[in-house]
Amino acid sequence: MDHHPSAETQRTLYPYVTGSSVVALKYKDGILMAADTGGSYGSTLRYKSIERMKPIGKHSLLGASGEISDFQEILRYLDELILYDNMWDDGNSLGPKEVHNYLTRIMYNRRNKFNPLWNSLILGGVKKGQKYLGMVSMIGVNFEDNHVATGLGNHLARPILRDEWHENLTFEEGVQLLEKCMRVLLYRDRSAVNKIQISKITEEGATVFPPFSLKTYWEFSAFKNPTVGAEGSW
Amino acid sequence: MSSIGTGYDLSVTTFSPDGRVFQIEYAAKAVDNSGTVVGIKCKDGIVLGVEKLIASKMMLPGSNLRIHSVHRHSGMAVAGLAADGRQIVARTRSEATNYDSVYGEPIPVKELAERVASYVHLCTLYWWLRPFGCGVILGGYDRDGPQLYMVEPSGVSYRYFGAAIGKGRQAAKTEIEKLKLGDMTCRQGVIEVAKIIYGVHDEAKDKDFELEMSWVCDESNRQHQKVPDDLLEEAKAAAKAALEEMDAD
Repeated sequence: MDHHPSAETQRTLYPYVTGSSVVALKYKDGILMAADTGGSYGSTLRYKSIERMKPIGKHSLLGASGEISDFQEILRYLDELILYDNMWDDGNSLGPKEVHNYLTRIMYNRRNKFNPLWNSLILGGVKKGQKYLGMVSMIGVNFEDNHVATGLGNHLARPILRDEWHENLTFEEGVQLLEKCMRVLLYRDRSAVNKIQISKITEEGATVFPPFSLKTYWEFSAFKNPTVGAEGSW
Repeated sequence: MSSIGTGYDLSVTTFSPDGRVFQIEYAAKAVDNSGTVVGIKCKDGIVLGVEKLIASKMMLPGSNLRIHSVHRHSGMAVAGLAADGRQIVARTRSEATNYDSVYGEPIPVKELAERVASYVHLCTLYWWLRPFGCGVILGGYDRDGPQLYMVEPSGVSYRYFGAAIGKGRQAAKTEIEKLKLGDMTCRQGVIEVAKIIYGVHDEAKDKDFELEMSWVCDESNRQHQKVPDDLLEEAKAAAKAALEEMDAD
């Protein structure tokens, strides 16, 4: 029997089906999170209806970008974690801080074996009135903040959030802010699709809203007659 | 009734001349000496109840649970040696999560009962292992509806409408047989189980006891959970009232 399987065949080298950015912020009642429902296969926008945000237990919401199959595997780990937590039947339940820590351990330990789960995860939640929003990357870097984003969202959405986020945003203000971020991502990120989902988590529970599309504007004069001044190009 | 198995009762791998394995029978005695455990199958689910004998007044109520969830859809009530019971519960949970991760659906209750029985039986096959000193009533709700199984220390498992193990099992079984389980909902079943347990509790021989009950039914969304506090209180009150009626005769 082969007791020493070759290390090469057991490593993740590249992702295959990937999700694009996830953006999240703290608001008055809890956390708001937004992501599109696209799964890209390289440069092909292959899957258009993938839900990349899922409630975890009673108090948390997980959003993921990166390899979709690894995200599904993470959901299975968390499902078992929450099941065992429920079976204790002791009136306690795992909160967002604990789940975030658990995810950090998983991601970091996989990275140390050169076999990462190719995801950037956002974990938000509310427990006993305390709001929590954190992020873990595929190499195990983790932190908490008032607003977080993955992938290109870090470069395109965070600057907007740094300027316009403040404590105690209402639900409507939060959604507007997220839509502004998602619109920029839709214009500028090649792997974005125009089918967005927003989800929220409050003390009462989590809701993942049905997908919708953003209105976009393409009537800029520079887009009309694009080849003027350069005949022969397209 | 209790025969002396001199010489043939030292090991679980020894048969007696009349074809009995005494160690297994002795294990069953450990179960018979524990507090009564009752399980019934109502038309919309299962109710499990335990007469938890309190060893000391210093114990916190609600501690030393005897009923455990083994997956979302099923639970197990244990009678006999508590530490042995913990081991069986741990193994059952592991079997249930393993099935779920391999087959993608919650383990059918029949399959789970077979696995528990097989594990308990395993410990009766080797001289260096002793049999489990506990019996288990397993109730769950799957695609085929609610089901109730009982596993004994010998490793046999049967499916039941109503089952009881422990001290008051004879009296409990008589009471269960009087119930029309097919027409009863779990909500009614909870009251009946409470009455049975209060009824079979021997005030003279045993001290205080705590009633622990759980259910899996349509009302609980087919999830195994402890009976909600308000219903539990209602059941306890009805049981105490029924006792007083009996005493008044």
